[in-house]
Formats: sequence, C-alpha cells, structure tokens
Amino acid sequence: MNLLYMIFVDPFMQMAAAPDLLVQTLWEGLVGGMLYALIALGFVLIFKASGVFNFAQGIMVVFAALTLVGTYHLLVLYGVSNTHLAAYVALAITIGVMFVLAYSVERLVLRPLVNQPDIILFMATFGLTYFLIGFGELVFGGEPKVMIADALYLPRGSVDYKILGGLVSLQKIDIAAAVIASLMVAALSVFFSKTRIGRALRAVADSHKAALSVGISLEQIWVTVWFAAGLVALVTGIMWGARSNVSFALQVISLKALPVLILGGFTSIPGAIVGGLIIGIGEKIGEFYWGPLIGGGTDSWLAYVIALVFLLFRPQGLFGEKIIERI
Amino acid sequence: MRAPSGQEIAAGDVLLSLENVSLAFGGVKALSDVSFDIRKSEIRAIIGPNGAGKTSMLNVINGFYQPQLGRITFKGKARAKMRPDEAARGGIARTFQNVALFKGMSALDNIMAGRSLKMHRGFFWQLLRHGPAMKEEVEHRLFVEEIIEFLHIQHIRKVQVGRLPYGLQKRVELGRALAMEPDLLLLDEPMAGMNLEEKEDMSRFVLDVNDHFGTTIALIEHDMGVVMDLSDRVVVLDYGRKIADGTPDVVKADQAVIDAYLGVAH
Repeated sequence: MNLLYMIFVDPFMQMAAAPDLLVQTLWEGLVGGMLYALIALGFVLIFKASGVFNFAQGIMVVFAALTLVGTYHLLVLYGVSNTHLAAYVALAITIGVMFVLAYSVERLVLRPLVNQPDIILFMATFGLTYFLIGFGELVFGGEPKVMIADALYLPRGSVDYKILGGLVSLQKIDIAAAVIASLMVAALSVFFSKTRIGRALRAVADSHKAALSVGISLEQIWVTVWFAAGLVALVTGIMWGARSNVSFALQVISLKALPVLILGGFTSIPGAIVGGLIIGIGEKIGEFYWGPLIGGGTDSWLAYVIALVFLLFRPQGLFGEKIIERI
Repeated sequence: MRAPSGQEIAAGDVLLSLENVSLAFGGVKALSDVSFDIRKSEIRAIIGPNGAGKTSMLNVINGFYQPQLGRITFKGKARAKMRPDEAARGGIARTFQNVALFKGMSALDNIMAGRSLKMHRGFFWQLLRHGPAMKEEVEHRLFVEEIIEFLHIQHIRKVQVGRLPYGLQKRVELGRALAMEPDLLLLDEPMAGMNLEEKEDMSRFVLDVNDHFGTTIALIEHDMGVVMDLSDRVVVLDYGRKIADGTPDVVKADQAVIDAYLGVAH
C-alpha cells in the first residue's frame, strides 16, 4: 500500500507542491528531447530516401562539430584576428566539407553497393562510422574541444522568470537551440512536401524503378539527402557542443535516437520531433520524480523502456506509415 | 500538350529502331537478334506468349537492361549504353506491368513527380519555396490538372494511391507518364487485370493520347481484341525471337503466329 502510494500518488503531490520545479524539469526535458529529435531527424532523412539505416549519423554530428572548431582554430592561428569572421568562415567551410562528405559517400559507398540487400548498406555505414572516427582523430586530435559558441554569436547565460511562486531559469543557449531547431524542422517539412526535389526524394523512397522511369537521378537524390543530413548533424553538433563540449563521447548520444525512431516511426519527420520530445521529457520527469524510488540512474535505460511500451501498442510507431499491401 | 521539340521527326518517319538486338541473362537468352522499328505517331503493339521477351524489350528501350549486342537508334541518333533516367530525359516514358507508383504519395503528387524533368529551379530557391520556384510549381500544377481532367481522375486527386483500386492506379500511372510529355510512351500491359468497362476506358485514353497529342505509343497487351483494334502495326515475339511484323490483319493470318499461340503438332 505504501509502495503504491509512493509510485502513483507521491510524485504527483510533489509536482503540485512545487510547480516551478515541474516547469523547470519539463523545460530541461524539452531541450534534451529537441536534440534527440535533431539526431533522429538525420536518420529519418536518409532512411526515407534510400532505405539505409545510417549508423554513422551520430559520428557525423561529432565530425561536423570537430571540423567547425578545428577550422576555426586553424583560421585564428593563421592570422584571422576577428573571431566572429573566423567563426563564420569556418562555418561555411564546414558546410562545404559536409557536401564533399555526402558526395564521397554516394560515390564510394552507396553507388558500388546499389541493389545490394539493406543489411549490406547498413554494415557499410558501420565502416563509415569507424572511418570518420579515425579520420577525425587523425586530423583534429582526440582530445575534447570547446565549441566556439561566443564567436558564432550564440547567447550565453540564462534568463530567470519568477513564476508559480518560484524561480524558473532558462539557459539562453537552450532557447536559441529551440528556435533554430524549430525553424530547421519547419523548412525541411515544407521542402519535403511541397517542392520538386522533396517530391523526388519521397518518390525514390517509394520505388526506385518508378523514380528512374520518370527521370529522377538516384545519385543526385542521395547526395542531396546525405548533405541535408550533414547539415542537420552540423546544427546538432553546434547546439550539443555548446552545452557540454565537442568530443567523440558525443556519438553515444546517437544511440538515444533509436528509441526516438522507434517511437516516431523511421519515415516520419514529425514523428522524429514528437518522439524526441516524448523521450526527452519522459526521461527527465521519470528521473526526477520516480528515479529516487529505485536509487536513481534511470537516464541510461528509461528512454528504451518508454519506447518499448509504445511499441506494444503501435508497432509502426506514432507516425510511421502503415504499409498497405494488397494480397 | 504539344509535341516536344528536338530534332523534328515528321509523322510516319522512324522514331526508334532496334537492329539485331540480343539480350541474355547468364545462359538464358531473353532476346535473340531482334530488329524492328517504331514510327512517329503510330501505335505499335508488341505481342507474344508468356516469356516471349516482351517486357525485356521495353526494358531495353528505356534503359533498364543493356543489350549485349545490337544497335538502338532513337530520334536519328545511335544510342550508347543508357541509364533509365537518361532515357527519360531523352523523352521516353513508360508504365509497368505490375504498376510501379509512389504508393505513399497522393495521385496529384505522383503525376507531379512526372514533371520532375521539366522543372529546373535550383535547390536553394526550392528551399525558400519562393519567387521563381513558386511560380514554376504553379505553372506545372496547371498542366497536371489538365492531365487529371483528361483521365477523369479529379475525384481521387488527393487520395494516397496505395489505397486506390487497381484500375485507377493504372490510370494514375498513365497520367504520370503523360506528365513527362514523352516522345515515346511505353505501356506494359496497360489493361492487365481490368474488367471490360475499365479496358474500354483505357483503350479510349490510349487512342485519345495518340490522336490529340500525336504521341508515339508502344504497348504490350495480351487481349487480342484490344491489340487488333488499337494498333497500327504489330510485332510478334516468341522465345525471344521476332516471328512476325506487320499490320494487325497480316499478323493475324500469319501461320507462325497462329502456331505460337495455339501450339503446333510436331
């Protein structure tokens, strides 16, 4: 009886007793969830257009962030004195590097493996992961780096609101992350649903041979999606790097994208977003209010449990396309 | 729909010719030494028993298969190895035997996808979805609406095509091919699996496309009645070889064709 009380009543009493704390927890969950959502978004883009589950998405985040920071330091070293200028030049160069990466992946990895079973392509992305780790360490070194948040004009510090009889403190960088992520998601959604290239992307996802027959070039589409996923990775890397720092440990976070994908469905952009938010918020709320009951440490597994529970009821995910097959 | 430009080929001239084309998969010969041509503005039927190599023939024409031997000349130009998207760019559109639509997309989006090649605005304009890209989108949308009206599929415009009955799916697929304003339209069994009424509708569309827009059509069909009514000339394949070629009446009376279809006592 006492146990039931502790599980089902007490946490809600706590929420009601300190609403400001609840809002704070929700906000932190929201921000964490948004970053999960961005990583999941990278997966979804590539999966949608090529049916490839890109294991390398996590390391692309690290690689993009490292390239940005590394190029910046190089520019400063070679005498660019204006840090803001250096930062934005580095940003442009990094975008270029992500394009070259997308192009090379299409040329060297995807094209030779076209028409191979999906599992082969999946394994190839493992290879890509380890290549990027090795290459990144070789060029930029393995030690953690500090994201150049100030030079990029990203805000720092926090704003405090006195509400609900308490204090809620929001990091400015988190607010910036929320705004930028929302804008990017909105742009991508419109792009996918309303434009020729977006339509071609969905066409390729549905049927390769039909897409070819109307003159859509698979190569061009693949470069486009990998580039888009690279851009998403870059934004994710900047935002995440600004919260902690840039190191290869970051790629572990990408495993958190898995429950997000299971929740949202592998093919849905809104799914990735909503899934990310549910996982992020669920994780934080669970950790804060129910975690103490079992001695904490829930953040390593709670996300997966949430996804599993959802999976029981909706095997195709929240927004996944239900496959309609005529028999 | 106007006839697309390019080198002008007058109606009745040879649009596409295949000379001594052979195609094999390992030891299996799908096509052996087949030659025939398709003239501008005609309806050309390719018939033959199951496994005769008809679909392989279409796949060779639009670049899904590369023949090991032979020459293909399209619009007066000999053609080297070609990918299907390049063939599409050259003006060859097609439909598939088992319908290959973009199942997750609406009928409208499917047909719009057929306009991909006609739309040119770059990536960044499209990202902004503004200015020239928006104008372009609207222009093409108008064109696609004409096709939709022509095929009488206004009512299913926004329906996800995976949910449509088979006959309508075939019509959407035809619409997507028409959206490409092709010089040569390849139809792989456009009436397969349809009931009589649907077949009549589809026959009328094929004739209308040919009449109004002068589109050259090559089609594979099993229903002999349909073939004889629609086509100007017929080529007959059996076991990967050409066994007859000519007007429907000539082909119908050909002994080799009768043998191939009815079997012959040896």
